Amino acid sequence: MESQILTLVTFFPLVGIVLIMLAPKDRPDTVKGVALLVSFVTMLLSFWLYSMFDKVANGMQFELNVPWITSFGINYHVGIDGISLLMIVLTAILTVLSILASWNSITERVKGYFISMLLLQIGMIGVFCALDLFMFYIFWEVMLIPMYFIIGIWGGARRVYAAIKFVLFTMFGSLLMLVAILYVVSAYHGFANEYSFDILKLATMPIAYKPQLLLFGAFALAFAIKVPLFPFHTWLPDAHVEAPTAGSVILAGVLLKMGTYGFLRICIPMFPQATITYLPYICVLALIAIIYGALVAMVQRDVKSLVAFSSVSHMGFVMLGIFALNLQGVEGAVLQMINHGVSTGALFLLVGMIYERRHTRLISELGGIVKVMPVFATLFMIVTLSSIGLPLTNGFVGEFLILIGTFKANMTYGVIATSGVILSACYMLWMYQRVIFGKITNPENEKLIDLDWREKGILIPLVVLIFWIGIYPKPFLDRIEPAVRSLLTQTNMVREDIGEPAFTVETDGSLSGMTAEDVNLNSKGEVHE
Amino acid sequence: MTEHAYLIGLLPLLSFVMIVFALRWKEKIASGFSIACILTGWVMSVTVLIEQLSSHSTPYEWFYKFINFPGFNLEIGIFIDPLTAVMLVVVTTVGSCVQIYSLGYMKDDPRFSRFYAYLSLFLFSMLGLILANNYFMIFIFWELVGLTSYLLIGFWFEKRSAALACKKAFITTRIGDLGFLIGLFLIGTYCHTFNYGDVFSQAASGIIPLGVLTAIGIFIFAGAVGKSAQFPLHVWLPDAMEGPTTVSALIHAATMVAAGVYLVARSMSLFVWSPEASMVVAIIGIVTSVMAATIALVQIDIKRILAYSTVSQLGYMIMALGLYGYDTSQGHHSAGYVAGTLHLMTHAFFKGLLFLGAGSVIHGVHTNDIRDMGGLYGKMKVTAVTFMIASLSIAGIFPLSGFWSKDEIVATTLHHPIFLFLTLLVAFMTAFYMWRLCFMTFFGEPRDQHRYDHAHESPKVMTYPLLFLAILSVFAGWVAIPWLPHGFSSFVYHGEIHHASPSWALMIISLTVALSGIGLAYLMYYKKSISYEAIGQRFRPLYNLFYNKYYFDELYQSILINPIMAIARFMWTFDAKIIDGFVNLVGWFTIVWADIKMLFDAYIIDGAVNGAGWIVRQAGHLLRFTQSGKAQTYALSIGAIAVLFAISKYEIIYLTVGWPTLTALFVTALLLLKLATRYFSADKQMSGSKTQED
Repeated sequence: MESQILTLVTFFPLVGIVLIMLAPKDRPDTVKGVALLVSFVTMLLSFWLYSMFDKVANGMQFELNVPWITSFGINYHVGIDGISLLMIVLTAILTVLSILASWNSITERVKGYFISMLLLQIGMIGVFCALDLFMFYIFWEVMLIPMYFIIGIWGGARRVYAAIKFVLFTMFGSLLMLVAILYVVSAYHGFANEYSFDILKLATMPIAYKPQLLLFGAFALAFAIKVPLFPFHTWLPDAHVEAPTAGSVILAGVLLKMGTYGFLRICIPMFPQATITYLPYICVLALIAIIYGALVAMVQRDVKSLVAFSSVSHMGFVMLGIFALNLQGVEGAVLQMINHGVSTGALFLLVGMIYERRHTRLISELGGIVKVMPVFATLFMIVTLSSIGLPLTNGFVGEFLILIGTFKANMTYGVIATSGVILSACYMLWMYQRVIFGKITNPENEKLIDLDWREKGILIPLVVLIFWIGIYPKPFLDRIEPAVRSLLTQTNMVREDIGEPAFTVETDGSLSGMTAEDVNLNSKGEVHE
Repeated sequence: MTEHAYLIGLLPLLSFVMIVFALRWKEKIASGFSIACILTGWVMSVTVLIEQLSSHSTPYEWFYKFINFPGFNLEIGIFIDPLTAVMLVVVTTVGSCVQIYSLGYMKDDPRFSRFYAYLSLFLFSMLGLILANNYFMIFIFWELVGLTSYLLIGFWFEKRSAALACKKAFITTRIGDLGFLIGLFLIGTYCHTFNYGDVFSQAASGIIPLGVLTAIGIFIFAGAVGKSAQFPLHVWLPDAMEGPTTVSALIHAATMVAAGVYLVARSMSLFVWSPEASMVVAIIGIVTSVMAATIALVQIDIKRILAYSTVSQLGYMIMALGLYGYDTSQGHHSAGYVAGTLHLMTHAFFKGLLFLGAGSVIHGVHTNDIRDMGGLYGKMKVTAVTFMIASLSIAGIFPLSGFWSKDEIVATTLHHPIFLFLTLLVAFMTAFYMWRLCFMTFFGEPRDQHRYDHAHESPKVMTYPLLFLAILSVFAGWVAIPWLPHGFSSFVYHGEIHHASPSWALMIISLTVALSGIGLAYLMYYKKSISYEAIGQRFRPLYNLFYNKYYFDELYQSILINPIMAIARFMWTFDAKIIDGFVNLVGWFTIVWADIKMLFDAYIIDGAVNGAGWIVRQAGHLLRFTQSGKAQTYALSIGAIAVLFAISKYEIIYLTVGWPTLTALFVTALLLLKLATRYFSADKQMSGSKTQED
């Protein structure tokens, strides 16, 4: 059973897809019910997965490796570590909430919509499970299609433009990735005299410096578009603004994490030397994203595009944490990936709830909402504060770890990134003040009804997570830590004494002292074990 | 009791949770529960203080390793020394008074329970801040008091000014917190721990480079600058007066704004190693003090006068602490630490009283403008008397609390002439503006008869806290009477006990300064023998400068906020036009390129295919004539071909060419001619059929 559980979690939504296909067209409630039930069971399965996960063990767990296309060495190889585990659980939770959030807002082509949602879930969980590049690529592309439909069919006024932009951007990156995958596989054939798409095997292969640079570039571009890292971010605001609420939640909550996950799973372990070369550029882009995203968010008139640009800023933090390449930074980054999914997901849900009532998201049209929707205002406040990174909310823990990691790596980067914290407070609180506080100036806002039970039920799990991670993040950090440690030691980048909890500035991955010797490279630029 | 001191902090949290989840709709029970919690906390705090006194100031520390973060441990712990004990008593005392007072002040507010919930949350955060045993925890509570301050300033969020003020307060203090955060990271990076004791011992042992120590000191002080509203981040505090007056009394006069002073005092073991950092602290302190006092001279809003007075007094404390650090780093003795912490305590009582008194006045006359008041003494005696006691205390009149603490501060500056002069100047101005306020509010003729007629004394639930605080404003400072054998200076001290010898001359000088300030106010605003209008006219530019608060808000608007917004708008245009423009341009090019390819496809490639077909078809038409099935045509053809062959043979032989070009041309021309005629006749047929159809 243990080795099958990942397959079960990944493909269980297929049951829902089949059932929905069989359901009659004129019974939308049945369709919704089936989708909700199936996603709920998937979520329970993911909780089961979480409970069975051994937080002490190193390496991949629940591994299953079955030959698939043997002549090319393509295997059905799945397995998870702490990073993928948390991402799977997050995906499962957000899918349930998204389906609940679509309950009333989706009235046309109901069957198609919920099939798309479940297919999307298969793709997302599949990417996090895949340990075979071929499978990784397939799941990566599988995610794309349902998302294209969700934006393009059930989206807003400019939905077609946004959907096509989203797909073209992603396709552009993933094609480069495909080329790079094929190159790596053929290089492995030259190295080990066998074909393999196995991510773990490929990471053990030494690659010469120059090809590493090209390969890292190809993968990094695909992932950077997904993150999205400045300047590849312009698809994001369009996609978010046009997508239906659930689409935005999944997009921000999970799809963006694919990019950072790709960096962690593929780019850094496979191309360690290129990582060091590219590192300053990526860090600078991440810093630009932090400041730039925040500044642009400040002048948005549409709440949804404000949140979209805030995502650019927050994901900049995640990238910075990853490329601090020390325990604090990477752990913080992984935690912040979860946090961003929770907080930004909640923000999009909240904006969606207002939109369903008022059919506008313009800040100037709102104002004084607290008077008529106090529960909404309270929950909005909590989520806003979490997005700002106030202590005792999840955002603080992630940001703190990322920043302290960045400080150890490079003081200047640290100081610049810290100033981003102020900007996030500025735009979020300003928006909150204009939307929630003040007198009601628009008579249409006077008749708004506060949240009903369904809506509270959607938001409360996220609020619980916000406080849980904010107050007691230990369970999450415990599961992330072995994965991050093995990532860093595997790439020879951290020479930290594993048993020692205290800071050891001189001996761990402080970038200033990182030279070619640190990554065990000889003059030919090859890694030797 | 000391080992259970964490309960002091947790009681208000309990009250917050109870009100939010259970008691929200039962206003009486909610407020009662909240007050019971803080009163219990007060009793416990006093017990802790007594235990500290009797145990000869042995510090107590308890902690629990909460979470192992990579590289450092997050500890939850409490640390109690005399400074903590004094702060606990101050916060719970003022907190209790304010909560009781609010029963009357907030009586008819629709969000009464919520107010108590917020107050409880604030007290939890503030007490946590005081009890914390490490920098990480103090930062967390530091941010939480910022949040509760935000919630309470914006308590009346329907008012646009309140909504703006709470945002301004949060963001301005957060700029300071940014410095604190950087300081925190520096501590983490260099000390590998956040625990006070460990950090201080590392600082003392010289492991940390001096430059880093100075940087840590200055960055931590930046946090204090934000919270304690010091120059240049003082602009939020006057605006924060948009909150309920009780909130101003508790948070923006007595406790939260003192957190910055507390932080500097707590970190004194860092500052004593860095004369530069200490000097920065002292200079910021005195600059703030002078600036705020001059602004307070001319304001007309009762709460804003008090707000600027608070800023000014906080500057006093900060300066005293800074000078202590400086003098100690130079190997001199200094009374600054005692002076700063003592003034923190006495100020909390008399400034809390002043705000509550102001609240009582506002409650009575429903205005903040002191020009609309006057003659209220007869209408509200308790308020007026307690208010004037506090005013005497803050002015530093013997033998009230303020006299003793201010005297200590003046003593600190003795070896720094410029500081001494400015300190005395501030003392003079303080006495003046406080009594200007008193005379204009309580004495003279009522200037607004309507408001005067409706003015009334506040209910007992509001006046009793005033009386209690008035007692403290008189006596609290007596703990520091220099002739006392075991006074304040042998309880709260840093390093080693140092008894300053009382100086008669100094006392007389500072008393004279205070009395002359009051005297001037008396002449100008009571006797009216000196016309303040004339003075205002003569120093018009200075008056405008003070009245407009040195134009700080306008300055920040034009050099900070407007440029940032302009940059943000530029970035947005850049994003939409350049980056996205590039993306769309690529898209557009692809489409145009596709169009070109489509044309190529349609006309060239497809044209070639169709052209081939066309040629075959036309050739077929021509050849059709040769296959007519008529014998004579065949014969004619054979004849014609024979003739053609003959002609071409003739051409080859006689024109000596290799290929019968002329003949070929002739034949081609004939064929084309035939084709053309067929075409035109077909055209005619077509049009003919068309017309028929029409």
